[in-house]
Amino acid sequence: MARATFISDPTGAAASALTLEALRDVPPRSHRELTRIALIGNPNSGKSSLFNQLTGLNQKVGNFPGVTVDRKTGISQLTAQHRAEIIDLPGTYSLYPKSLDEKVITDLLYDQTSDQYPDFVVVTVDASNLRRNLLLFTQLADLGLPAVLALNMMDVAEQHGVQIDIMALQQELGVPIIPMNARKGVGIAALKIVMSRQLGAPTRSFYAPGEDLLPMIRQIRYYFNLHNDYLALHYAHQFRQISFLSADDKAYVAELVEKYDFQPTPRQAQETIDRYARVNEILLNTVTVVRTEKNEPYSNKLDKVLTHKVWGYLIFFGILFLMFQAVFAWASYPMELIDEGVTWINQLVQTNFDGPLVNLLTEGVLAGLGGVLIFIPQIALLFAFIAVLEETGYMARVTFMMDRIMRKFGLNGKSIVPLISGVACAVPAIMSARTIENWKDRIITIFVTPLMSCSARIPVYTVLIALVVPPTKVLGIFNLQGIALMGLYLLGFFAAIFSAWVLKLILRTQNKSYFIMEFPVYRWPRWKNVGITIVEKVKAFVFQAGKVIVAISVILWVLASYGPGNALEQAETRVRATAARQQLSAEETDIRIASEKLESSYAGVFGRTLEPAIRPLGFDWKIGIALITSFAAREVFVGTISTIYSVGQDADMRTVQQKLAAEKDDNGQPFFTPARAFSLLVFYVFAMQCMSTLAVVYRETKGWKWPLLQLLYMTGLAYASSLVVYQLFK
Amino acid sequence: MSSRSAQVKPNAPRSVKDLRLGETGTICCLQDPEMALKLLEMGCIPGTAVRLNSRAPLGCPITLVVGDDDYTLSLRVSEAATILLKD
Repeated sequence: MARATFISDPTGAAASALTLEALRDVPPRSHRELTRIALIGNPNSGKSSLFNQLTGLNQKVGNFPGVTVDRKTGISQLTAQHRAEIIDLPGTYSLYPKSLDEKVITDLLYDQTSDQYPDFVVVTVDASNLRRNLLLFTQLADLGLPAVLALNMMDVAEQHGVQIDIMALQQELGVPIIPMNARKGVGIAALKIVMSRQLGAPTRSFYAPGEDLLPMIRQIRYYFNLHNDYLALHYAHQFRQISFLSADDKAYVAELVEKYDFQPTPRQAQETIDRYARVNEILLNTVTVVRTEKNEPYSNKLDKVLTHKVWGYLIFFGILFLMFQAVFAWASYPMELIDEGVTWINQLVQTNFDGPLVNLLTEGVLAGLGGVLIFIPQIALLFAFIAVLEETGYMARVTFMMDRIMRKFGLNGKSIVPLISGVACAVPAIMSARTIENWKDRIITIFVTPLMSCSARIPVYTVLIALVVPPTKVLGIFNLQGIALMGLYLLGFFAAIFSAWVLKLILRTQNKSYFIMEFPVYRWPRWKNVGITIVEKVKAFVFQAGKVIVAISVILWVLASYGPGNALEQAETRVRATAARQQLSAEETDIRIASEKLESSYAGVFGRTLEPAIRPLGFDWKIGIALITSFAAREVFVGTISTIYSVGQDADMRTVQQKLAAEKDDNGQPFFTPARAFSLLVFYVFAMQCMSTLAVVYRETKGWKWPLLQLLYMTGLAYASSLVVYQLFK
Repeated sequence: MSSRSAQVKPNAPRSVKDLRLGETGTICCLQDPEMALKLLEMGCIPGTAVRLNSRAPLGCPITLVVGDDDYTLSLRVSEAATILLKD
């Protein structure tokens, strides 16, 4: 009966029909007070869809106080007068946390005095899988938290022949229940109305801790002034992990646990079993399953193809290829537009204003900003793909197929996506490593991803290969230059895999790498969710990583634009004098001035200082400057080299390649020997020369430890390999 | 006295790892305590029927259908070995 109402009444009038004891008839709160509502539920219970429906683009990502886990909050307009802050909690199966993500939930719900403590919780459950989903609900209810049950995925339940007597279930559970289909927006209005009311605590309890535990529970309750037995029991279970307890508090609980010989693991296991028994009892009276016919679920049929030992991998590589194409090729058009746009603004500023501040703005801030904005199309496209793969449930299958292979190298099935995306650009690739739950697997993935050769290395690769590798045909079809290029990509890939394997041996972690996970059924993606994911990732990148990139750009600009004393002015006067003598064109003079100035700048001084260190690799101070400036981004290498080597050459030597080929060493021989070129190439394969990557690793790991280690490791690897290459081949 | 031909000990309890594709068994008990907590929360309660649904192309991980909820769980073979079956 209740189901019929739900299906025919998507507008939410059903909520007014709720005449339930738990929904006290209290007038809505004044609009000045922002109710804090936490959204909690199992993974795959449609929690994200519900969060997106409630808050739309009104979301922001921050940190949970004191922990390095993302916290998503959003503002929801519940009624015309009433707004609420919605906190999206990580998906979990129970209140006993297994990961850092889940620990956030208990930290939030254990401390009732915290100003972050929610006024009530909305528990999302998958109606087609009530048994497992209600476990978490019964735990929350026993904590005494006022709650609303969002009975989600009613459509799926109906397809499965699951019939739920909602009125009876409300009576059994003692909280308001809103049947809904969050993906389609059905039931949202009803939920909002219920959410705008003052809710009382649940009227039922589902589990009582054993009699023998009561003395211990009472003492914990008294000591911490807790309102609830079950909360006290959780303190006994998890006091070591609760972040807001002092050392004295922990010692006190530890003593009690010892005194009463409290065994957490068997107790927790027994509690889970008891709860399931209780849930079974409830479901027996409220849910009937009518199986029409034993049709094989379409998910299984799809899986027969999508996880097939031949087709499965072929389809997967097909999808990867498409993704790679998109990020690599399709994204280049909007990227060019952004590049042109930034250049246009730059010129606009340069032609209309003058002075050192303008240079700082154009060459420092705007150049840095351009370096940030240009990645937006790649990030947006990559996350569009990843969001769709996640939403449809396909990502779980990829993990499933790749896990065995990747595990050998300390990675996991989900690492394959960041590694492959890293060939386009490490920045979105590292952000996509978020889907890896296990800390160690994720850190290793983030650490090795920049070793994959990204698109920014291509200019360096092509210029240097063309310089020293002859375009001879090999075996009739292959081009030697092409083979060299592929060799560099493979070198990066093997370095990544090998580094992962080494890290696997070094890194210690206390949490086991589980693979126990739900295999979601295939679903059509919700485009609203995909859109919100894209906007959210782009925003996170632009604002978080962007700040760091612009800051470093400004620093690099200062280093390249200023020199000790009046060295720069002297350089300019010097060049103008010689230029006048040689009757050079104004353009040629400008290029010479630029290169001489760069040589006299702090960057040039650093290049000179660096020279002794990089001489064993076959590099001179000019390459040293290029190494410094291209720390910002590898693309800068070609531009810097081009500026520096324009000294003392004919005006018609336009291309970088010609300039490099014409460069002579002290003995008048060509400077770029194959040994030097390969040394430089290998350096660019390994070296961490991308501050966008460092910034994004900082953001993703929330600290400087990993980006700095990565910088040291990759630079060390680059240096050692270049040294070996140059010394062997010179 | 032990013979090399006896590859399976007669009294060795079967685990979920030993199920054939499509075969259903009933969970008797869970061995690894830490893993057991996770498995229990995911619905692998003693007395529940589980069916070996599929294997990954390289034999590991596997997927199980738990109970009659059409709920599919994926786990590694080493993890499946800790779920013992009733005779």
